[in-house]
Amino acid sequence: MSFISYLINGISLGSVYAIIALGYTMVYGIAKMLNFAHGDVIMFGSYAVFTIVSTLSLPTWLGMLVSIILCTVLGITIEAVAYRPLRQASSSLAVLITAIGVSYLLQNVALLIFGANTKSFSSVVSMAPLKLADGGLTITGETIVTISCCIVIMIVLTLFVNKTKAGQAMLAVSEDKGAAQLMGINVNGTISLTFAIGSALAAVAGMLLCSAYPALTPYTGSMPGIKAFVAAVFGGIGSIPGAFIGGIILGIIEIFSKAYISSQLSDAIVFLVLIIVLLVKPTGILGKKIQEKV
Amino acid sequence: MKKFTKLTALALSLAMVVASFTGCGAAAGANTFKIGGIGPTTGGAAIYGTAVKNGADLAIKEINAAGGINGVQIEYNFQDDELDNEKSVNAYNALKDWGMNILVGPTTSGCCVAVAAESVNDNMFQITPSGSSVDCIANDNVFQVCFTDPNQGIGAAAYIGQNNVASKVAVIYDSSDVYSSGIYTKFAQEAANQPFDIVSAEAFTADSKTDFSVQLQKAADNGAELVFLPIYYTEASLILTQAASAGYNFKFFGCDGLDGILGVENFDTSLAEGVMLLTPFAADAKDEKTQKFVADYQAAYGDTPNQFAADAYDAVYIIKAAIEKSGAKPSMSVSELGDALKGAMTQLSVDGLTGAAMTWTADGAVNKAPKAMEIKDGNYALIQD
Repeated sequence: MSFISYLINGISLGSVYAIIALGYTMVYGIAKMLNFAHGDVIMFGSYAVFTIVSTLSLPTWLGMLVSIILCTVLGITIEAVAYRPLRQASSSLAVLITAIGVSYLLQNVALLIFGANTKSFSSVVSMAPLKLADGGLTITGETIVTISCCIVIMIVLTLFVNKTKAGQAMLAVSEDKGAAQLMGINVNGTISLTFAIGSALAAVAGMLLCSAYPALTPYTGSMPGIKAFVAAVFGGIGSIPGAFIGGIILGIIEIFSKAYISSQLSDAIVFLVLIIVLLVKPTGILGKKIQEKV
Repeated sequence: MKKFTKLTALALSLAMVVASFTGCGAAAGANTFKIGGIGPTTGGAAIYGTAVKNGADLAIKEINAAGGINGVQIEYNFQDDELDNEKSVNAYNALKDWGMNILVGPTTSGCCVAVAAESVNDNMFQITPSGSSVDCIANDNVFQVCFTDPNQGIGAAAYIGQNNVASKVAVIYDSSDVYSSGIYTKFAQEAANQPFDIVSAEAFTADSKTDFSVQLQKAADNGAELVFLPIYYTEASLILTQAASAGYNFKFFGCDGLDGILGVENFDTSLAEGVMLLTPFAADAKDEKTQKFVADYQAAYGDTPNQFAADAYDAVYIIKAAIEKSGAKPSMSVSELGDALKGAMTQLSVDGLTGAAMTWTADGAVNKAPKAMEIKDGNYALIQD
């Protein structure tokens, strides 16, 4: 029974990683950059929900809506102000460093606005826990909602990319920016759209993360953000199903190594598995091998 | 060109003369004790740093209003370290530039160890209100107001054993933190002499402190009645929430790191109902000294003081007692002052908020009796024996 419980907890944690990893992987696939500020957009989204629901005592759905809109606007703004001017820069390092800078900027702005004290996030999930096997197995409402959300997002996103015009434009930009532009695709618009979707997903991830693990601080997003980045690389960065699979596997490995090997070595094991996977398959589990033409 | 060089030379020599004057001025003007403080007033442990800052501030204002120490006023400067060892050392250097003679702090163990490695070179007299690791007092210039971690671990094990709080105990601790792992090690050693068993001991690290489902489930699978949490309150609030949502019914027992859990904004304090903790200070204690402190603190800072505020308040009064005992003067150099106060510390017996007749050994550890508290109706309440 413990095994099933560990497995479900692993999938639940992995689902949060997967939703965050989708943001990383989409932005990387299209803009070819690592948006390290993604984790901090998550934190901002959670603070938005906290402020509206707990501080202003407004309804939860309003908090969720405002959080998603705010994160979307934040994502587009960050891209337009900090990343777009650097897209033509000679070194891709410039935009990477800027992303790290934006990450610290967001953390410190949050510190200024919300203060450093830990805030306890009220769960946005009102579902009662499911008791199975005569109470031997408890599945919390957060777990159920997180896993279902992850699956729904995954399906909708895959359909969006493959079936809509905007999605096709994204694929085109990810394959060849120059050629896409020549075909009449608005490259800047497409990249903005990617950031908008990624940041809206960050808002959802933030709510789910903080509902399951309710301690909210200005640094809440950074560690899950890094783990999700690992998940994205693990699954093959740039690939949407890859982010999903990478996230779930990472969550399961983390929980299982805590449960069966050592609770303090779990991170070492997670990263060891990452190294082994990358040695065997350098592009990640579902990553495509891209031939560089010289 | 030549003219320019001459002018520059003149300007430079003038600047040097002026600089030497200001140097003289600073030395002659040393007629106050400059007490520096360090702790996290922002970041994850901000409750501690803010409490230490205010607690020391209150004591210093009281002493200054009553005429100072042997007639000498105190100046006070508190620096934020954001719970970061490097920033803590930077804060120490900034305070030295300001002219600090005596240091109250740092507030947390890790930072305290980092700063102690620097302060020993200056032989700066350092008293940490709440840095409880043994490594904090490894150098002879550092003294503690709070218990050392081993003493907390031993005290907690002895308390659980002697009062039959539980017979099967699980531990969840932070193996990446010296405070937490220090208490755990001694707790486990002392548990061997006590009539209870440790049925599971699970760790977490700074990088994996969001999900505690595994640690809690292992405790439940092994039949634990009580979970010992030698950790800080932020993680403890997560553990309490996750235990409640997964439907576990443990009793929780912690050390002074749990002090502050009721201050987490929007935290459902009913989850903390019945949590027991060993801590030397209770704001609802009935003695006159505590009640006056609590009232003054609330009036000045609009908050109920926790143990850290009381520790810092005591730290300042301990410094006052040591200065009075040794007859130290602000004109002494930092190192002379350090030697004088170190000598005085082992001869002191101070009655403070956090313990009566506190005494110190030359290694810097304090001797006083711990008190157990239980959270009742959203407040810390002293458990009367």
